Amino acid sequence: MLKILGYPDRYSVAPGEPISFQISLEEGDAYDARIVRVINGDCNPAGPGLDLPHIPSAIDGRYPGIARRVDAGSYLVAADFPALASYRAFSFRALVWPTLLARPAQVLAAQWDSATKCGFKLMLGDGRLVLMLGDGSGRTAQEELPVRMLQRKWYIVTATIDRANRVFQLGQSALQADFGVDDSGNRKAALPLTMGHAAVPLYLAGGPQTDGTIGEHFNGKIEAPAFLDGVPDHATLEAMTISPPPAALSPHIIAAWDFADGVSTVRATDVGPSRRHGRLVNLPARGMKGSNWNGEHHRWQVAPVQYGAIHFHEDDLYDTGWPADIAWAVPENAESGAYALHLRCGETEADAMRETYIPFFIRPPRKPTARRRPKVAFLAPTCSYLAYANHAGHITAPGVETMMGRLLHFGHQDVYLYDHPELCYSLYDTHADGSGICYSSRLRPVLNCAPRYHSWLGGDGSSLYQYNADTHLLGWLAHHQIEYDVITDEDLHRDGYELIKNYRVILTGSHPEYHSTPMWDAMKAWLDRGGRLMYLGGNGWYWRIAFHDELPGVIEVRRAEDGIRSWEAEPGEYYHSFTGEYGGLWRRCGRPPNLMVGIGFVAQGFDVSSYYRRAPDADNPRASFIFEGVTDEIIGNFGLIGGGAAGIELDCINPLLGSPPGILRLASSEDHSPLMLLVNEEFTSTMPNLGGDQNERVRADLCFMETTSGGAIFSTGSIAWCGSLPCQGYENNVSRITLNTLRRFMDERTFG
Amino acid sequence: MGYYRIDPDSDRQFVEEFRRTPVGKHSPGLMRVLNALRHDPSGKQIVLFCRKPFAEWQIAEMPADRRQPLVFEERPIFTDRDEAEREVFRRRWHAATGERINLSLGATAGA
Repeated sequence: MLKILGYPDRYSVAPGEPISFQISLEEGDAYDARIVRVINGDCNPAGPGLDLPHIPSAIDGRYPGIARRVDAGSYLVAADFPALASYRAFSFRALVWPTLLARPAQVLAAQWDSATKCGFKLMLGDGRLVLMLGDGSGRTAQEELPVRMLQRKWYIVTATIDRANRVFQLGQSALQADFGVDDSGNRKAALPLTMGHAAVPLYLAGGPQTDGTIGEHFNGKIEAPAFLDGVPDHATLEAMTISPPPAALSPHIIAAWDFADGVSTVRATDVGPSRRHGRLVNLPARGMKGSNWNGEHHRWQVAPVQYGAIHFHEDDLYDTGWPADIAWAVPENAESGAYALHLRCGETEADAMRETYIPFFIRPPRKPTARRRPKVAFLAPTCSYLAYANHAGHITAPGVETMMGRLLHFGHQDVYLYDHPELCYSLYDTHADGSGICYSSRLRPVLNCAPRYHSWLGGDGSSLYQYNADTHLLGWLAHHQIEYDVITDEDLHRDGYELIKNYRVILTGSHPEYHSTPMWDAMKAWLDRGGRLMYLGGNGWYWRIAFHDELPGVIEVRRAEDGIRSWEAEPGEYYHSFTGEYGGLWRRCGRPPNLMVGIGFVAQGFDVSSYYRRAPDADNPRASFIFEGVTDEIIGNFGLIGGGAAGIELDCINPLLGSPPGILRLASSEDHSPLMLLVNEEFTSTMPNLGGDQNERVRADLCFMETTSGGAIFSTGSIAWCGSLPCQGYENNVSRITLNTLRRFMDERTFG
Repeated sequence: MGYYRIDPDSDRQFVEEFRRTPVGKHSPGLMRVLNALRHDPSGKQIVLFCRKPFAEWQIAEMPADRRQPLVFEERPIFTDRDEAEREVFRRRWHAATGERINLSLGATAGA
């Protein structure tokens, strides 16, 4: 098992700027740290081998360490909230939609001092509404409703505590009656003890624990929670609205949070007169439809009153908040590139991995004139890395072995992730309650984004995917002594076209799948002004994502309507909460990848890869430079990712989706495995011949095209392409074709 | 249940195909057999833990309740990943048919 792990406070740092690393040491009390350059992170003996040279720096040395823990789970906290025990009587009312009733204790609302067991907690326990009171002397009492809730069903929940008359009342009322189901109820009884005065914050969807964490998280949606002074008529309380509240209740509002307000923020707006706004921690899902969604409107901005819910999860996580253990001021003269902090706490053995690499990139200086820019930039697809961060399909999703065509591989990092689900998962996974994970943050250890990580999802052979697979390209660039900068997706999102305007060539990684609107616009603007793009992967420009305006390092996706999806967004929840943009496939937003790179996603299969066969357009004089010195009919029938250059995910030409008329199809892959399957957005009715062994549409197209602005685009259409670059000492036809193209693209002569 | 049930007589032909190529392009018949064998309605999942990259593997099992710990098999330690694939195939074939088959190439499974 992994004994040391951590994360950087940023994935991209400019020369002269600081970067910090947050580290958890699971064994022992000290570790060694140093900076390495990442040239090749693949230790497959069939390849060129690891290449992670030490870069001496001021941080070289030994450091004390301790084990740190992650406090996952989202909740609302209202810091300045009056002690509820200061009221002679108070009432709580909310709409709830529980999604994981199997959990034994889930707080809906709490003002609870865990040290003295004082205050009030309204919870769900084994599906029942539970009231817990503490008097502060250590005595607690618990009362509950006899009826149980059902999952994914809306209820009005009410609780009143009448300290003056020493009675309480609990109520739950199902919004829909089901035959044979008794899930509404109301109970009034004597208060079992005197509720103590807890001068602590008010929490929703979680409660303070004795160890200082927030636990007992509620899984599900909460809508329109409100506290009122006094004990209103029960029917009036149940029927309460908050925007606006009924006149009879308005004067009694202590706080009433309208979750439809500030959807793109972490603020929960109290519409009551005291403005006791809450802060949402660990990014519960917003832009969620409420109890009254009727299907008429699908956009939360259009009908906010129908989007008054927040979906909380016990396994939401934004920022682990670990303190910085190592801080490094990146030297002004630092070379742009891929780097990692290498940590080591002993000898790695078969049952203990005692080292880790925490990757980051040094970008070029922010001031464009600070340094001469090379002609080439590698656009590190950090949004795609983030989308797959701690991807746990091999743990949580049934049937993955069938998809992979081989046993699921676990490395030490995967075992750690299995044992520590609180690190939380990727945009491909589901929460414990089965709902899709739509936010992914880099402010946590991301164990599958590192040199030396071998992925269960990578193709047979090296089994690399995303970050580490991209080191095949970095190794190839180093071998051929290509000078380049590294920029990241997040840089492109923030800086836009100005970041890339001076590069002649941009190289993608093997799987640049996720793009925000500013990223898409910047890349297109650059291409329209003569840029030369080498798309060295597959399934690129596929999903639209959103960044948060206020929180760094987190992205959002909505798995809407179409495409390869490991979960589906609920109908009515297709719009990003961060931006309000319609989410899902770029293809469904009028921007298929074909408009950017000439080709688009057509098939995926994770077992073995295949090869390309040269096509007639390879002899077109426009493409002669690409095949200089390459006369082979078969291209890439070798590789470290699945044994061929065409594999994992494939793209092909499709004029109907925007592939331009002048595009040259230089080669196409063939002879794919039956597990290389046509993607579902490519058919509207199920057919028996979806596999690559039977379906003529399953292929990668190797393409070239010029742009009207004198630029050009070279697209490989395969995630496995870069895995063939290192074979035979980097001397092979995939490497030669790529190098021929890069050298011509670096040449200042315009195309066309 | 609606999914395919292994017929040891008619499906035995695919055992040899799997022995030769545990990972790779498979015939439709072997695909059908593998899809059936790999389906475990209990929710448990056999996985292959890599102790040392490209050198040593051991079989482990994820319990149906993923909150419970992984169960590692101390032995055998495989030095060839394909041998682990064959071992799991052998177990699943036995579970599905009651038949014991010997798929090992004989040299790579450790003690």
